[in-house]
Amino acid sequence: MKRQSSELVTLGVMLALVFLLMWILSPQRFATLTNLQSMGSQLAVIGLLSLGMMATMITGGIDLSIIAVADLAGIVTAFVLTAHHPASGFMVFIAIVAGLAVAVVVGSLNGLLIAVVGVSPILATLGTMILIQGFNIVITGGGLISGFPSAILFIGNGNLWIFPMAFVIFLGFAALLHLLMRYTVFGFNVYMMGSNPTASRFSGVDNTRVLITTYALSSLYAGLAGMIMISQYNSAQAGYGSNFLLLTILAAVLGGTSATGGFGTVPGLFFALLILQSLSSGLTIIGFSGFITISIWGIVILAVFVLNFILSKIGDRRRKRTDPPPYLGGGELRNDETSA
Amino acid sequence: MQSGERSTNVIKQLLSRHETYVALAIVIFSIVITAINPAYLTLRNFLGLFQTYAFWGVLAVGVLVVLISGGIDISFTAIATVAEYVMATIMLRFGGDIFTSLLIAASIGIVLGLINAVFIHYFKIPTIITTIATLNVYYGVLIAITHGSILHSFPSWFNNFGNMLVFTIPGSHGGSPYGMSVLTAIWIAIIVIVWFILQHTRLGRAVYAIGGNAEAARRVGFNIVSIQMFVYGFMGLIGGIAGFMHGLMIGAAEPNSIYGHELDVIAMVVLGGANLAGGKGTITGTILGVVLIAIMGNGLTIMRVSSYWHNLIIGVIIVVSVSFSAYRGRRAVVRRSVSKERTEAVG
Repeated sequence: MKRQSSELVTLGVMLALVFLLMWILSPQRFATLTNLQSMGSQLAVIGLLSLGMMATMITGGIDLSIIAVADLAGIVTAFVLTAHHPASGFMVFIAIVAGLAVAVVVGSLNGLLIAVVGVSPILATLGTMILIQGFNIVITGGGLISGFPSAILFIGNGNLWIFPMAFVIFLGFAALLHLLMRYTVFGFNVYMMGSNPTASRFSGVDNTRVLITTYALSSLYAGLAGMIMISQYNSAQAGYGSNFLLLTILAAVLGGTSATGGFGTVPGLFFALLILQSLSSGLTIIGFSGFITISIWGIVILAVFVLNFILSKIGDRRRKRTDPPPYLGGGELRNDETSA
Repeated sequence: MQSGERSTNVIKQLLSRHETYVALAIVIFSIVITAINPAYLTLRNFLGLFQTYAFWGVLAVGVLVVLISGGIDISFTAIATVAEYVMATIMLRFGGDIFTSLLIAASIGIVLGLINAVFIHYFKIPTIITTIATLNVYYGVLIAITHGSILHSFPSWFNNFGNMLVFTIPGSHGGSPYGMSVLTAIWIAIIVIVWFILQHTRLGRAVYAIGGNAEAARRVGFNIVSIQMFVYGFMGLIGGIAGFMHGLMIGAAEPNSIYGHELDVIAMVVLGGANLAGGKGTITGTILGVVLIAIMGNGLTIMRVSSYWHNLIIGVIIVVSVSFSAYRGRRAVVRRSVSKERTEAVG
């Protein structure tokens, strides 16, 4: 607990610094309502995707299929919507449920491959990622599906008073995941399984069920991101958001999620997302290209890790520990096996 | 009697290897494709195929080494792109010859690979995080500087080298002559070198050792620093060589044609039986993985299956392959523990 709260403080300070820096660099344009609104609605898609990614990373796994699943959910929803012209409010609801249901099915399939068949998470989801990408191309014929009712467009582009609807959805589901992880038996089991799967099995946790639920949950969040994506692009297509995949891993890690499992919180991820979004938004305003922004994300992550490493070294020296720390590098993916 | 026993042992051993099944899949697909269109099973088709896939094959060999060491590298597409771009820029501005071009691309690759190694080894950042970050840094900086512009009109000495054939076969029935591309030859040379390093040198065994159990390898006295420097530096070198090959293949440096395919290459290696837990994987498996993906793409085209289906079919193959190998791995563990119990009971 102590580790987590100090991490949140660090992230909070970082966020404040980044925000202030961007404000100083472009005082007229950064902290305006319009910019903050656009930051909020841009953050929603990658935010929901990162939440799903984080959940699987806490179990010691990873979910590479999230973008493919988000596209699939969007395409299914778009199919239902365009098949019933003009779509009634009820049809919109059915379409969204259909898209999310397909996402959950794929997520459960991931969970089954990992927990029952015993495939390592990175391989299972790499496989389903390529499979679902292929499936998306086949069912859309490589084309674009467009022409949505205004209710769908509202999800990604509308405002609830001054808050972008997409951001409100993200915030709601982030809070939901936070409650789930923090205050339910399921959440407790996820953390326990992630830090020590053998211990959790022997203390009566059904690891198989925890894994399947987590991957289904991750896909559900990907599906939600898919809904916002088709709304913001006003179309559905295979290949939307493919740049986000690796960035969601970086966002989760910056937020304190461990690549070996057992750690990671929604508030940490939320701060990390705000930091990254402020950086990219601020830099875009100054006139940097999107690519330099992404490379700055990379530099920030590396810097945070290096800083943490140096601080922990200093801490060790202060405690005057005589024995050298055990060698830890090189094998961090070993944890992938823990699902077996 | 004895020879019969020996041959059943050989079969048993073959059946216990992942590579056998990949090879079997290649044979079965080849038979099906040939039955539908005999144009598939020709030397000309295969030489062309290996020319196209030599570039991916080279990258796959580099990824294999990293996976065996228990790590992962995502940044190699950016390394290849940067190396290719810098090489092309220097070549267009100052000229040079084929060896200096290769040297430039290779050195850039090694430097970028060693940067990865420094973060991984000295700051203990997980390999996947380090290399995702550096993927974005390397590629982002390149695009920010170049604005994604394409370099072309390479000097003729460069393009001529790319079109060179190692041997030529006169085309039958008045067809044009064909042969093995220099790109394929580079792939084969790298395969032989890596095979030798992995199987016949102390360094190669060390790579398997740190992938199997890093702590045990350290205690036995392996120098972890130099092994990790080698692994990521070597991946960088391979990335640089691949960048050079890409220039030869395309005749232009396009910043966005390699980037984004990192997971596809990893999938080929995984198909060949390497797993991400480290300590496992063979060069034969990796070659078979690349060949399987290559003949699938080629075969589907020859069978006139729409290219829309390619990814789906390749995805199905990968899911089946990783599931099958996980299932067999699990069964082997059960069998081992059963036989152990038996011997204990006897003893």
